[in-house]
Amino acid sequence: MRRLALALMFVCGLAFGQASEIAHPDPAVEARLKSLAEELRCLVCQNQTIADSNAALALDLRNEIREQIAQGKSDDEIRAYMVARYGDFVLYRPPWKATTILLWVGPFALLALGLGILYATVGRRRVPGPEAPEGERRSAAEVESLLED
Amino acid sequence: MKALKFVIPLVVFAALAIFLALGLTHDPREIPSPFIGKPAPAFRLERLHEPAQTFSPADMKGKVWMLNVWASWCVSCRVEHPVLVEFSKRNAVPIVGLDYKDKREEGLQWLARFGNPYSLSAFDGEGRVAIDYGVYGAPETFVIDKDGVIRYKQIGPITPEALEEKILPLLKSLGA
Amino acid sequence: MIPELGHFALTIALALAIAQVAVAFIGSRTGNGALLATVRPAAIGQFVFVAGAFAALAWCFVSSDFSVLNVAQHSNSKLPAHYRFAATWGSHEGSILLWVLMLSGWTFAVAVLSRALPERFIARVLGVMGLVSVGFLLFILLTSNPFERLLPAAEEGQDLNPLLQDPGMVIHPPMLYMGYVGFSVAFAFSIAALIEGRLDAAWARWSRPWTLAAWCFLTVGICLGSAWAYYTLGWGGWWFWDPVENASFMPWLVGTALLHSLAVTEKRGTFRSWTVLLAIVAFSLSLVGTFLVRSGVLTSVHAFATDPRRGIFILLFLVLVVGGSLTLFAWRAPRVGLGSGFGAVSRESMLLANNVLLAVAMSAVLLGTLYPLFLDALGMGKISVGPPYFDAVFVPLMAPAVFLMAVGPVASWKRAALPDLWVRLRWAMGVSVAAALVLPFALGKSSLMIAFGLWLALWVIAATAALVWQRLRASPQPGLAGRIRAQSRSWWGMTVAHLGIGIFILGVTLVKGYEAERDLRMNAGDRVTLGGYEFAFKGTKDLPGPNYAAVQGTFEVSRDGKPMRTLLPEKRTYAVSGQTMTWAAIDTGLTRDIYVSLGEPVGDGAWGVRVYYKPFVDWIWAGCFVMALGGLLALSDRRYRLRKQVAEIDAAAAAGARA
Repeated sequence: MRRLALALMFVCGLAFGQASEIAHPDPAVEARLKSLAEELRCLVCQNQTIADSNAALALDLRNEIREQIAQGKSDDEIRAYMVARYGDFVLYRPPWKATTILLWVGPFALLALGLGILYATVGRRRVPGPEAPEGERRSAAEVESLLED
Repeated sequence: MKALKFVIPLVVFAALAIFLALGLTHDPREIPSPFIGKPAPAFRLERLHEPAQTFSPADMKGKVWMLNVWASWCVSCRVEHPVLVEFSKRNAVPIVGLDYKDKREEGLQWLARFGNPYSLSAFDGEGRVAIDYGVYGAPETFVIDKDGVIRYKQIGPITPEALEEKILPLLKSLGA
Repeated sequence: MIPELGHFALTIALALAIAQVAVAFIGSRTGNGALLATVRPAAIGQFVFVAGAFAALAWCFVSSDFSVLNVAQHSNSKLPAHYRFAATWGSHEGSILLWVLMLSGWTFAVAVLSRALPERFIARVLGVMGLVSVGFLLFILLTSNPFERLLPAAEEGQDLNPLLQDPGMVIHPPMLYMGYVGFSVAFAFSIAALIEGRLDAAWARWSRPWTLAAWCFLTVGICLGSAWAYYTLGWGGWWFWDPVENASFMPWLVGTALLHSLAVTEKRGTFRSWTVLLAIVAFSLSLVGTFLVRSGVLTSVHAFATDPRRGIFILLFLVLVVGGSLTLFAWRAPRVGLGSGFGAVSRESMLLANNVLLAVAMSAVLLGTLYPLFLDALGMGKISVGPPYFDAVFVPLMAPAVFLMAVGPVASWKRAALPDLWVRLRWAMGVSVAAALVLPFALGKSSLMIAFGLWLALWVIAATAALVWQRLRASPQPGLAGRIRAQSRSWWGMTVAHLGIGIFILGVTLVKGYEAERDLRMNAGDRVTLGGYEFAFKGTKDLPGPNYAAVQGTFEVSRDGKPMRTLLPEKRTYAVSGQTMTWAAIDTGLTRDIYVSLGEPVGDGAWGVRVYYKPFVDWIWAGCFVMALGGLLALSDRRYRLRKQVAEIDAAAAAGARA
């Protein structure tokens, strides 16, 4: 396990200027490659994007994506190509499917729940009107202290 | 009951703890293959030993077989190789090798040196076929049935345990 | 001899910690004076022996004792002295010892600095902290002994991971752990209060300085981690939503909510259950973070090499501590009562909204971090949740909280009037909206994200400035200095911290909106232009270092034809491990960084080069430091220090809470 970890460290460095990587002459293609590759996960160095990883597989995949862009494939088609081979794991942006609905909707559902709790709590604690129930009179000092930090 | 809401954090934590415990039994780095139950992708490659001849998965239709991805530069493949060589002597199923991103000469030398368990090896110098199979590191092994459908993928070296507990029973059930 | 002494010291520390727990809980339960008097000495003793053990390990590293397995695996005699020292915490075993050192340090501080607090209460606090110490000391002694010997001793060590051979490594983990572990104090205060059934304004006042201190450390720790990633990893990024980064961010979010909740409990005696729950959750997240990093359950670039035994131990400990405290909460909190009421528009309601929003944001980060694990555990496949998810989800959740941050300080307690708020804030709203609409065009590019980010940041900054202006103007003191001093440090701390957030958001918006990069192949003599700067590559030369061999590139940077400076990025190959590391060259400026990184040699003397233009990126970390400065200011408020007055203040606060 340690040796594997060490081996991975050799491989998983920064990816640029590799001999077999030749940028496409059209900057628009390179720009699309960048935006696609930045959302794809390198399976070898699992904590880098395909854009950043210098693993051999990442390089091959970047070249593959370049070719597909040049062939006129859409972003969705290229992502589908990746997912067909490596599964959803390769996407850093989780797809919208039955198993990920909870993931995407969850935070906003929690927000709605939180706001609901807020509404209910504040409603319950509402101080009724200008006359406080205990009939307390506020001194100047108390008013001052209500305004301070 | 108003007091019930105070139990919610505990309940949420309990659920979390259960998932964390389950997580301890899984390996987060292992990525299952999306090809299980799907037909093995087609290809035609030159053979390693006889470049004039080619190999395609279609050639194996009607047989249960194993496809093992290996390379001369691959350290873990050295670990796995003796197990494969031993297994090949049983002649249970044909094992086809896929020489992944290698130099022909070095691949040939490696097999000469460490033994050749393969009925043949296909030469995937550029690694394109491996990409089509969703290979992300050598060694990886696929078990393919008589209809050319992938039934199992072993990620990493085949250990004797994996062989006995997973692969052999599967081969038997497929009618090898 | 020294490693064995260190190991022995840990065993004694464990014994003292167990004693600490026993006398604390029995003493506070029975009121036995003799037992209660032993709690502080036990805690102090525990610290002394843990410090001794840590010193022993550090000695082994600095003196390169390769008969100790940990030293042989993570150090090297050619490593410079300060990195040999930092290597003490460069491994799982060493860093968990650092954790325990911090814990015993905080325990020591509580034992020594809280003599004015009731004896039985402090005993319970120290008892809870002692329980946590016992858990961690057992963990070290049973599964992660840093003093394990390697016999026969190695000739030379395997060297510290090159990524860690950096000044950031020396300071980032200690700061981070001071923060994580510091929340154990607020946690212990809460548990003690739940046990006693006493959760009043006085308790909140006692907890606040400890929580502030922990929060400051955590803020600095996270900030340093981000800055370190930026200049070390070479891809110009500073936050990746990596599970371990998230593990440090979640306690921070909850810690921030806790700070605000404590302020309300102290001032108005309300939000008591919230405050206690937040304190429990903050420390629980610290523990969950420890589990995530060391159990192998998630892949992360930070994760230590692990063995499942450790994961099981930490999980059991987690279940005991967190499960136990949440059970105590479920049982005792309902009796605590609500405290005084407040209006729908009031500082309380806004701070409650703040609590809720921060809690939801934390839950979203937790959900995203653990979701892959959930699905895998249920056999429903393996997915990845990365920056695209977190960026999409986190910003909408935090934006309302940030918006309210500018409104809260202007609202009065108990009941605030909307028209009054509007009068105080309308200038800030006008300025921020106008600037957000106009600035992007002045800066060259406009988009919805840029405009929104600018508006939010400027809203916070302008509203805070307006608040300061209004407050100083209304102050009856004669001179400016007098007026400044008349406001409490706590208040200044708040305004400075809020300002820090505004600066942070400004930095993030501007850098994400306007950054540029070029990734290309260069030969000596080639030039490239980016962001108005011209970079001329002059070639490379070899440069030997203490434990590495480097190739250094020379880039002459000029602007409008005028030479500015020379940047010297390096590619270092470390002798022992053979690993190579990119050492970027960065020119740091107030309004921009320019960043040059060497990639691979491509043959014929050509190199892969990455050049970045990062406008206002340092404002990100400047903002974090300003936040921490605010926390420090608040911490230095006199009310936390005057022992004599504590009793009087507490009596008044208790009276106020009953009202």
